[in-house]
Amino acid sequence: MSFINYSSREINCKIVYYGPGLCGKTTNLQYVYAKTNPDAKGKMISLATETERTLFFDFLPLSLGEIRGFKTRFHLYTVPGQVFYDASRKLILKGVDGVVFVADSQMERMEANLESIENLRVNLAEQGYDLDRIPYVVQYNKRDLPNAVTVDELRSSLNPRSVPEYSAVAPTGVGVFDTLKAIAKLVLTELKKSS
Amino acid sequence: MNSGLVMYEEEFRLITGICDRLTRDANAKVVFLVDKNGQLIASSGQAQNLDTTSLASLTAGNVAAMGGLAKLIGEKEFPNQFHEGERESLHMSIVAGRVVLVVIFDAKSSLGLVRLRVKKAGEELGRVFDVLAKKQAMPGAQSPFAEITDDDIDNLFSE
Repeated sequence: MSFINYSSREINCKIVYYGPGLCGKTTNLQYVYAKTNPDAKGKMISLATETERTLFFDFLPLSLGEIRGFKTRFHLYTVPGQVFYDASRKLILKGVDGVVFVADSQMERMEANLESIENLRVNLAEQGYDLDRIPYVVQYNKRDLPNAVTVDELRSSLNPRSVPEYSAVAPTGVGVFDTLKAIAKLVLTELKKSS
Repeated sequence: MNSGLVMYEEEFRLITGICDRLTRDANAKVVFLVDKNGQLIASSGQAQNLDTTSLASLTAGNVAAMGGLAKLIGEKEFPNQFHEGERESLHMSIVAGRVVLVVIFDAKSSLGLVRLRVKKAGEELGRVFDVLAKKQAMPGAQSPFAEITDDDIDNLFSE
């Protein structure tokens, strides 16, 4: 849910990276954090287990610049991908303005991708959102792995609605900023439409 | 879709005034007000050295997690929480159902005093947020986005 502050002339929006366990949601944020100018970012917070798996969420505040005198700020969150953390995932979707679904391109993770998208749809609906209506982009991550299925196959299973989609290799940054820009743009366009 | 929070100059002044007063009356180090979704609304006291953005996000995460726990045991929510540290302690309370008032204090204050002052400030804040909600619901309520063009959005992303 966006927060427009006339007093400080700021617009804040919330973007959530969703996807199955180990698909690269945290890696997306880590890359954005590493490559962003220090003036434009806040501290990245990761609430993770001892084995570096996301326990609750990662959080990264980013400034994107000004629109008509208003500073635009985006708060990026990831959810814990592991199936049994569903209660936490629901909480993080509260007040979301846009969702990035990070898919794992590996053949053996196709079922996990499908399960996660269905889980996203259900959890969004519980918060009163419709996955077919909110700003939404899909990222096909891990394109560099030998067991990656083709983008055409991923598209037909995971993106039947043809929302903006990006191929990515998150640790090296391929597709990471394209994905972020696309969702940020959709969120701002949606805010404009609904105003 | 849920409508976002809009803060206007006048209400922001009132809110900051209430937070400043609470900081003094409760002998607190810092007071801040956070939207339940993790956006910082206002802060007061010695907030300069604090990462208030992170504080806001973690506060919201904590309140959301405690709210989830409350529901599991049949409660609506836990409207007040207290966390005691060795030197600093933290008190959180939910105001008007949508914002969280956080007070950080040390041995110069006490939980009893903080609770008492938070109760009063919470009522005052509740009234301001009622006004805000009404303002926002009025037809023709202005949004800075109404005048924004697609080009403005594109320009934000041009390298």
